[in-house]
Amino acid sequence: MAEMEESLPQLDVRRLPGPDTILRRVLPNGITVLVRENFTSPSVVISGYLPVGSLDETPEQAGLAYLTAQGLMRGTTTRSFQDIFESIESIGARVAFVGRTHTTRIFGKALAEDLPLLLDVIADVLQDSVYPEIEFERLKAQHLTSLAIRDQDTQSRAALTFDELAYPNHPYRLPASGYRETVQDLRVEDLREFRARRYSPEGMLLVVVGAIEAQKAVAAVTDALADWKPGTASERPPLGNVKRPTTKQRKDVYLEGKSQSDLVIGVVGPSRYHENYLAAALGNNILGRFGLFGRLGEAVRKTAGLAYYAYSSLTGGPGPGPWQVNAGVHPANIERTIHIVTDEIRRFSSQPVTREELHDNQANFIGSLPLRIESNEGLCGALIHIERYNLGLDYYQRYPQTIAAITREDVLDVAREFLDPEWLVIATAGPKAETGS
Amino acid sequence: MNAKVEAPVHQHRLRNGLTIRMKEVRTAPIVSVWMWYRVGSRDEHAGLTGASHWVEHMQFKGTPTFPADVLDREISRCGGYWNAMTWLDWTAYYETLPNDKLDLGLRLEADRMINSLFEPQEVESERTVIISERQGNENEPTYRLAEEVQAAAFRVHAYHHEVIGDLVDLNSMSRDDLFRHYRRYYIPSNAVLTIAGDFRSQTLLKKIRAEYGFLPRLTPPERLLRPEPEQQGERRVEVQGPDETAYLQISYHAPPADDPDFFPLTVLDSVLTGAASLNLFGGGLSNKTSRLYRALVEGEIAASVQGGLAATSDPFLYSIHATIRPDCSPERALEIVDREIARVLEQALSEDELLKASKQARALFAFNSESVTNVAFWLGFSEMFADYSWFAEYPQRVEAVSAEDILRVASKYLRPSNRVVGIYRPLNGRNHG
Repeated sequence: MAEMEESLPQLDVRRLPGPDTILRRVLPNGITVLVRENFTSPSVVISGYLPVGSLDETPEQAGLAYLTAQGLMRGTTTRSFQDIFESIESIGARVAFVGRTHTTRIFGKALAEDLPLLLDVIADVLQDSVYPEIEFERLKAQHLTSLAIRDQDTQSRAALTFDELAYPNHPYRLPASGYRETVQDLRVEDLREFRARRYSPEGMLLVVVGAIEAQKAVAAVTDALADWKPGTASERPPLGNVKRPTTKQRKDVYLEGKSQSDLVIGVVGPSRYHENYLAAALGNNILGRFGLFGRLGEAVRKTAGLAYYAYSSLTGGPGPGPWQVNAGVHPANIERTIHIVTDEIRRFSSQPVTREELHDNQANFIGSLPLRIESNEGLCGALIHIERYNLGLDYYQRYPQTIAAITREDVLDVAREFLDPEWLVIATAGPKAETGS
Repeated sequence: MNAKVEAPVHQHRLRNGLTIRMKEVRTAPIVSVWMWYRVGSRDEHAGLTGASHWVEHMQFKGTPTFPADVLDREISRCGGYWNAMTWLDWTAYYETLPNDKLDLGLRLEADRMINSLFEPQEVESERTVIISERQGNENEPTYRLAEEVQAAAFRVHAYHHEVIGDLVDLNSMSRDDLFRHYRRYYIPSNAVLTIAGDFRSQTLLKKIRAEYGFLPRLTPPERLLRPEPEQQGERRVEVQGPDETAYLQISYHAPPADDPDFFPLTVLDSVLTGAASLNLFGGGLSNKTSRLYRALVEGEIAASVQGGLAATSDPFLYSIHATIRPDCSPERALEIVDREIARVLEQALSEDELLKASKQARALFAFNSESVTNVAFWLGFSEMFADYSWFAEYPQRVEAVSAEDILRVASKYLRPSNRVVGIYRPLNGRNHG
């Protein structure tokens, strides 16, 4: 084992983000700002979130947080929808807000010379958006069209069905983008009230990475957002426990006229706060990601030739996100694919991964780090991750050691804890098979 | 502190004809190695459609030196990633790696240029994988519509068929068909090796000579040339499906990327449908202030609209795509598009619109130069239809476009007789027409 550890990729820690190269400031109104300079290109990226999402809406209003975020740029007290986008698009910049389950994500990108303008737009729409009636109706109609498209999409329908089965009586069963029935009933007053009640600088995170000196970036954020007064939003109630299914769950959604079916198999996985989360992530890489989809790619794509894609994903956030396998297969091959995937999950959760697999995947995690943080967007994602989960500014400098310390037993323990092959949730969407498997 | 001197592009050609383009970028200890071949779906006859893409898949199935599992493992265990893409005019393979693994990328591309096995059982296994890929595409109404529009636009030229190929050919093509295709096109004189990242060019060139210099010197294959005759009137196609949403695609025959008209048409596209990303990995700008967004989306006809002008070596298509709202019809959207095009022809673009297009081009150019993978992509992609100066001078060439240029290309290309109008008609929706 000692020999293997020596052959893991050796990274130059000084080039990784750390306390010396990340400037962190908390503004008096509660906004946390993280900055890292990167003068290798003339652009700057702003990324972050507000701690408001679909967890703050009722099931009957599913889609409210999503639509509230989408509508932010539809007009403010001083600027019309067209004024806002003219100011962004005319300088070749991008700004977007996306309402998700726990958060509302903020993203902006521009040439560094235009950072003040970018921040000005973000500050304006967060504080003073008004949701003009006509813009709301247009936005709603567009969103309803996108939901109609989603409802005919095999991948989306399989994923939605999986969430409904895996998270009964839990908010994670609901899509942040809502349903056609719930979105249809939303009124413009609902969005205005939701923004006024829930949007606040407290708990907001903004990460700035790019061709700007760190102190100047903090000053620019302060100029734009320091005047935003904290609201009086009530605390979000704690996320309830997920009652895991105690038997196999399965549902097939039939969509006629399609050529291929999509399949999702999985369980409720660990949250990012789970003590063995990185062991689970490493194990997931072995199961369905390494190379061309890990063990699953080998079994489903390479050996059986059943699918163009068959991979696993682990999406633990603040709560227990799914640990699942996705595959796109011909409808006649659904049962055979389920059988192969279940066998692989059984093997993964009952036998330790091999020493070679562990070592290869540790090397992959460590060696890929410089690639993942090469771009401004990649660095922003990394900084958001360490702030959101309180990992410490030196997290990425410690990362190689942390990954190297994961053992085969750690991977097996966390696989046994979550991936029980007898309690799998299975969702499929696609045309009916013309013949049996 | 902000000054950044643009590194030169080192250009070489080996005696066997292999073209080399290198650019040093020392932003991170990473390199990106790309091997480009001048072969794509345009080089396929009927019966062999999809061969280029299938060969691309087979290039991941191993050689005697690098069996498939070894290749995959070697790349992944150092933290790198690799992939490939096949398009109308070209096929490209790439590896982005820690810079101390650069030799691995060089060795494997040299090896699989001539030594891929094409084992019969691997060909059969991949046949079902590719059919599955095609069936996944067929699940999308927009794919089915685009395939029919492209087929209607090209009666003669081999741009007629989709890159993935027709199902009948995917079922019938043999291992030997694929192997012949591989042998014909995968030779040094038909390839361009591009590398960007943290390396020293002179040292790297020695390594390239050592890995590739011994490969055979062969005459590059002639390309399949069947120019499309000028279209003699508007063509219309209609596709029906079980979905709920209607789509409109209007595709105009457009100039190739090295044609002087390409840049004015790019600017016109940014005015009509918004500034699109330059590369194939997405990342364009929003298009809420574009003329067609305002007319179609704010006009409550469509839920979204996009445009796209592909950089190709032969004349291809400039396409406008609209997702129609359930309470409207594609025909109404077509009327609005025609009205907006007439407006372009009647009144010259304003100075502000040209300035906006110029600034957008400058920003997109910067965004597209940010990673070593992007830089190496552009070193090779631009060689497929012009040379690197096409990309390097992109902002200046957009800036040079005048209102008169726009009028000229609009009247030349955006004519009804030069287009195919495609409508996807949902059988479950309200907008049956």
